[in-house]
Amino acid sequence: MDLKTLCDLNGASGDERAVRRALIDAAKPLCDSVRIDKMGNVIAFKKGKTGGRHLLFSAHMDEIGFIVTGATEDGLLQFRPIGGVDPRVAVSKYVLVGEKQLKGVIGALAIHLQSAEDRKKVLGFDSLYIDIGAASKDEALADCPLGSYVYYDSVFEPFGDGCAVGKALDDRVGCYNLLRILKGTYGADVTCAFVVQEEVGTRGAMGAGFAAQADTAIVLEGTTAGDMGDVKKTSRVCEPGLGVAVSFMDNSSIADRALYKELLALAREKQIPCQVKRAATGGNDAGAYQRSKGGVRTCVLSVPCRYIHGPSSVIRLSDVEAQYFLAKAYAEEAK
Amino acid sequence: MMLDTLKALLAVYGPTGQESSVAECIKGLLAGHADSMRTDVMGNLIVEKKGRPGGKTLMFSAHMDHIGLIVTDIEDEGFLRVTKVGGVSVDSMRCRHVVFGSGVHGVAACQPAKGETAGLQHLFVDIGAQNRAEAETMVQLGDACVFAPDLIPLGQHRFASPAMDDRCACALLAQLLIETENPQNTIVGVFSVQEEVGLRGAATAAYQVAPDWGVALDVTAWGDTPEVKLPAVKLGEGAAIKYLDNSMVATPCVRDALAAAAEKAGVPWQREVLPFGGTDGGAIQHSRGGVPTGAVSIPCRYVHSACETIDMRDMDSALAILKTFVNEAL
Repeated sequence: MDLKTLCDLNGASGDERAVRRALIDAAKPLCDSVRIDKMGNVIAFKKGKTGGRHLLFSAHMDEIGFIVTGATEDGLLQFRPIGGVDPRVAVSKYVLVGEKQLKGVIGALAIHLQSAEDRKKVLGFDSLYIDIGAASKDEALADCPLGSYVYYDSVFEPFGDGCAVGKALDDRVGCYNLLRILKGTYGADVTCAFVVQEEVGTRGAMGAGFAAQADTAIVLEGTTAGDMGDVKKTSRVCEPGLGVAVSFMDNSSIADRALYKELLALAREKQIPCQVKRAATGGNDAGAYQRSKGGVRTCVLSVPCRYIHGPSSVIRLSDVEAQYFLAKAYAEEAK
Repeated sequence: MMLDTLKALLAVYGPTGQESSVAECIKGLLAGHADSMRTDVMGNLIVEKKGRPGGKTLMFSAHMDHIGLIVTDIEDEGFLRVTKVGGVSVDSMRCRHVVFGSGVHGVAACQPAKGETAGLQHLFVDIGAQNRAEAETMVQLGDACVFAPDLIPLGQHRFASPAMDDRCACALLAQLLIETENPQNTIVGVFSVQEEVGLRGAATAAYQVAPDWGVALDVTAWGDTPEVKLPAVKLGEGAAIKYLDNSMVATPCVRDALAAAAEKAGVPWQREVLPFGGTDGGAIQHSRGGVPTGAVSIPCRYVHSACETIDMRDMDSALAILKTFVNEAL
C-alpha cells in the first residue's frame, strides 16, 4: 500500500476504522496472524525462523482532527479539537464533516469586521465555527450530529526536491513502514502493532498485553522538525533530509541506553542516514510500552515532519526510507 | 556501617536512565547478604531475602537515579546545550561543577540577558572545549551529567551532598538487608530506576514482585529553615512516616504498622503530610489490582540541589523502624 493512500484515509483518534480496514487487508497476506484487540489496535504477528527473541514494531493509525459538539441557531457547527491542534492553523481551512464527508470551512470573522484589538488576538476553538452552508441548527445537526468527526480536506502530494506534503503524515509514515517490515523474513518473532488513540494520550498502546510479550519495542513515529525561519540552530530538534531521527529521551520515556546506542551504530555500519533527535520534548507510545507489565526495552525512530499536526505537513521521502531501512536492519540482526 | 554504605553510594554516577553503576555498587555491598539478586529490563535491581512461612512479601523501594542534565546539542564554540532530566531548577544549576559518566568535567552556566528571567534556554555546560569538533571528542548528544559528587559534614550529625535524594534511602535499604537475618516477612528490596521522571521503574518492578505490601523509602521536604515552614518536618527529629503526598494517600494498615514499629523500637519519629511531591509508593500502590502501601522518609533540606542535607540520627531512626517492621506479624 502506498503512502498516499494511507495518508489520504481519515482516522482521528477513536475513528480509525477506515485506516484499520485498509491495514488489515494489506497486512493479512504478509504475516502469520492478524488480530484486532478490544481497543481497536491491529496486531500482526510473524513467526521467526529461529524464534528466541520477540520484537515489537509499532506505529499509530490515528491522526489529529476535530469533533462536532453543537451548532448555533443559524446553522454553524461548534467543534473541539482531538489531539494537539493549533487553532491559528485551523482558520479558513477546508474540512470534511461527518459520515457523509460534507464539505465545510472553518470560519472566523472577516478582517473588515474585526477591531484593531481583535486582530491581535488568537482565536480559540470557542470563537471558531464550521460552516457547512446549512441554514439552521436542525439542518446542520441532521447531517452532522454531535460526535461527528471532522478532518482537514487535504491530499497527499509529492512536491519539490524529494518532499511530500499532506495531512496525517504523523503517523501514517510509520504505518507504511510497518507494512514494509512485515514483508521481510527474520530470525526473531516480529509483532507489528498499528495502534489507536496515540494523539489523545497513547491510550491504544496501553493495552499492554501485546507489548509485554516482546523483549524490545521500537516505535516508528513522525516528529516535530524545527528547521525553519529564524529558529536557532540549537532549537531545531531535527531536520528533514538528514535521515531518521533517533531519540535518547522524550517526555514519555528514556530510551534503553544500550538499544539507543545499538541503533546508532547499526545506522553507521549500514550507512543509513540518521540523526539524533536534539530535544527531549513530546511523548509517544514508547512511554506506554516501556512500562507495560514488567517492563520492555524501547526506542523511538522518527521521520522529521515540518508543520506537524496541520493539514499540510512536509516530509522528505528519503527520511521515510531511512526509517524503514534502520528498523528492518535491526529486525534482521536480532538474534 | 550506615555511614560507609552512604559514602560509597554518594560517590557513584547515576542520572535518571543510566543507573547501572549504582546497581553494580549495591550488588557489591549486598554480596552474601541476599537469597537472590537480579536486574530487570528497566534496570531495577531486585534483591530478595526470604522470610518465614506465613509472613508477608514486603516490597521496599529506594530509587537509584539522580536528577541531571542531558545534552541536546553542541554549539560551534564547543558549549553544550542541555535539557533537564527530572525536576532540575535552573537556579540550582548556575555555576555548578558537573560530571559525565565518562569522567568529563564541566561547569553548568546560565547567562540570561539583563532583565530576562533565567530559563532552561539560557543554560549551557562548559567542558573546556575550544570548538564543536573538540567537544564532540569528549561528549555526545544524549550523554547526561550530574552534580559532581561531594560530601560535606555539617555539625555533629549532618551531611550535605548532591545525591542524598535518594542514595540515603538506598543506603538505608542496603543496611536493612545486611543487618536482618531470617526475618518474619520476606523482604524484596527494589533499588529502582527513573523515579525522578515519574516513578517509572517502581511501576514495572511492582508488577514483577507482586508484593503483599509496599513501602517507599525516600527523602522528604523540610519545614525548619528561616523561610520554609511546611511541611512540619524537622531534621534530627526522627524518620518521617508518610500520611500523604501527591502520588498517594498511605494505606492506613501499612502506615499504622510502621508507626507501631517505631513505638516498639523506641525511636523518635514524626508524621509527614506533604502537600506536593511523590514517591515510588504511588506506583506500587496502583500496581495490578492495588497494593497497600506506605512510606518512610528521611527529612532532607534543599532537595534537588547540590547541597541536599540530612541528619544521620534520622537514618538511624528509620533503620530501627524498618528492622522492627519486617519482623512483625503483619
